Amino acid sequence: MRELISANNLHKSFAELRAVNGVSLRVNAGEVVGFLGPNGAGKTTTMRMLTGFHDPSSGSVSLNGFSLADDPIPARQTFGYLPEGAPAYPDMTVREYLQFIASARGIARREIASKIDDVAGRVRLRGVLDQVIETLSKGFKRRVGIAQAIIHDPPILIMDEPTDGLDPNQKHEVRELIRTMGSTKAIVLSTHILEEVEAVCTRAVVIAAGRIVFDGTPEEFESKAPASITRNRMDYVFRQLTAPAAEVAL
Amino acid sequence: MNPWRVIFRREFRAYFSTPLAAVFLVVFLFMAGVFSFSMGGLFERGQADMRSFFQFVPWLFLFLAPALSMRLWAEERRLGTIEILTTLPISLWDTVVGKFLAAWSFSLVALALTVPLWITVSWLGDPDQGVIAAGYIASAMVAGIFLAIGGFVSALTKNQVIAFVVTIVACFLVLLSGFPLVLNFFRGWVSPAAVDAIASVSVLTHFNSLMRGVVEFRDVVYFVSGIFALMVATTFVVDWRKSA
Ligand SMILES: Nc1ncnc2c1ncn2[C@@H]1O[C@H](COP(=O)(O)OP(=O)(O)OP(=O)(O)O)[C@@H](O)[C@H]1O
Ligand SMILES: [Mg+2]
Repeated sequence: MRELISANNLHKSFAELRAVNGVSLRVNAGEVVGFLGPNGAGKTTTMRMLTGFHDPSSGSVSLNGFSLADDPIPARQTFGYLPEGAPAYPDMTVREYLQFIASARGIARREIASKIDDVAGRVRLRGVLDQVIETLSKGFKRRVGIAQAIIHDPPILIMDEPTDGLDPNQKHEVRELIRTMGSTKAIVLSTHILEEVEAVCTRAVVIAAGRIVFDGTPEEFESKAPASITRNRMDYVFRQLTAPAAEVAL
Repeated sequence: MNPWRVIFRREFRAYFSTPLAAVFLVVFLFMAGVFSFSMGGLFERGQADMRSFFQFVPWLFLFLAPALSMRLWAEERRLGTIEILTTLPISLWDTVVGKFLAAWSFSLVALALTVPLWITVSWLGDPDQGVIAAGYIASAMVAGIFLAIGGFVSALTKNQVIAFVVTIVACFLVLLSGFPLVLNFFRGWVSPAAVDAIASVSVLTHFNSLMRGVVEFRDVVYFVSGIFALMVATTFVVDWRKSA
């Protein structure tokens, strides 16, 4: 399988704080990576380096063979990105916003309408296309964020908490969508919902205090719990991996 | 579509999606009228030209240009959309150019709306049309340099109010450095060459020189290179701040 994401030894410091401390990650087409970790572990910071929003303090990123540092424009063409909190321009309508993103992504003008129609069907935005983004509910704003990330059908998808704020039906639909897209794309998504990893991901990567502490399949992740633990086994493993030893002992 | 045009279109439309556009244009035209007819004494001078209007244009843009430029980057940072904007396959330079041209075009719309004044003046008398054209060019240049300063300041903060106030102060300083009062103050104790240097960075000096009706290469170069340098600086600031 093609290696689409290749991040080597990423570090990121903010003044004194070492937010990310030596993260390496390779993701092939067909992989859906669930990026897990406690609050402040460095998930968002890592994803920002994967998309070039943050320049790493050291380390490098290649996307589909293009170096983010040396070939930024071709590299940026390879992915769709849903930033944390799904930011969007509040005074545009959903349609205007998607038109803007589509043309910025280089989609030909005559194809834009059909692309918007297609993506609006996939994330159920058809009913609100002409509504101003400011007036949408939180879940719909999140769907707009997902729509702008996938409208150009990129080989790589980076999504920071894509199902945060969605109702159970929508969570289910977005997971289905990700699973479907995952057969051909390289997808990295962060989440705090461990069941989500089981449901959609082919691989789990856990980060704590800026370092990767686990990288394997969801099954391997769960099987780290001793047989005596029968309920919430993934939660148990997550705590074991990420909480400081002293806290777990308590 | 050219990458910068994608940005330009979004930004230009954004001005019209809020009441800002209407407020700006009304205030601009109202003040233009007040300045030319009552304070400038268009009728009393008994001479049909647009001097009285043009001479107030820098002071008008001193307050209005910062209102247009304050949101350019501060708003993106506050909303978090800068994260999407700077990860689109569009170079930062194209984005800076698109944003600047959008703000500048909007100020040109405001200037274009003063055409009735030009028609009135031309109908009342026989003004030198070359001088009027030079006045419009000078006005467009002043708007451009103020907006470029404002874009740079906006890139430094996520607070639009701070961007607005700091831009006014910065524009005021570059405007004022050519004011006779200031130049005379310096004339007392610095060398004439230094006085010339201070005058030469002044927007007012170049504006007045253009306004006289002779579009001199030197003055156009001053404005265009100033705008260009500020846009390059803006690109660096945005790039530096987004990673911090
Ligand atoms: N721009 C910044 N300036 C200073 N510190 C920052 C900045 N961005 C992130 N940090 C710090 O870096 C660390 C990692 O933050 P990050 O947002 O990557 O965590 P996260 O894993 O995404 O957490 P969450 O699950 O809460 O989203 C945190 O301690 C955070 O305070
Ligand atoms: Mg985060």
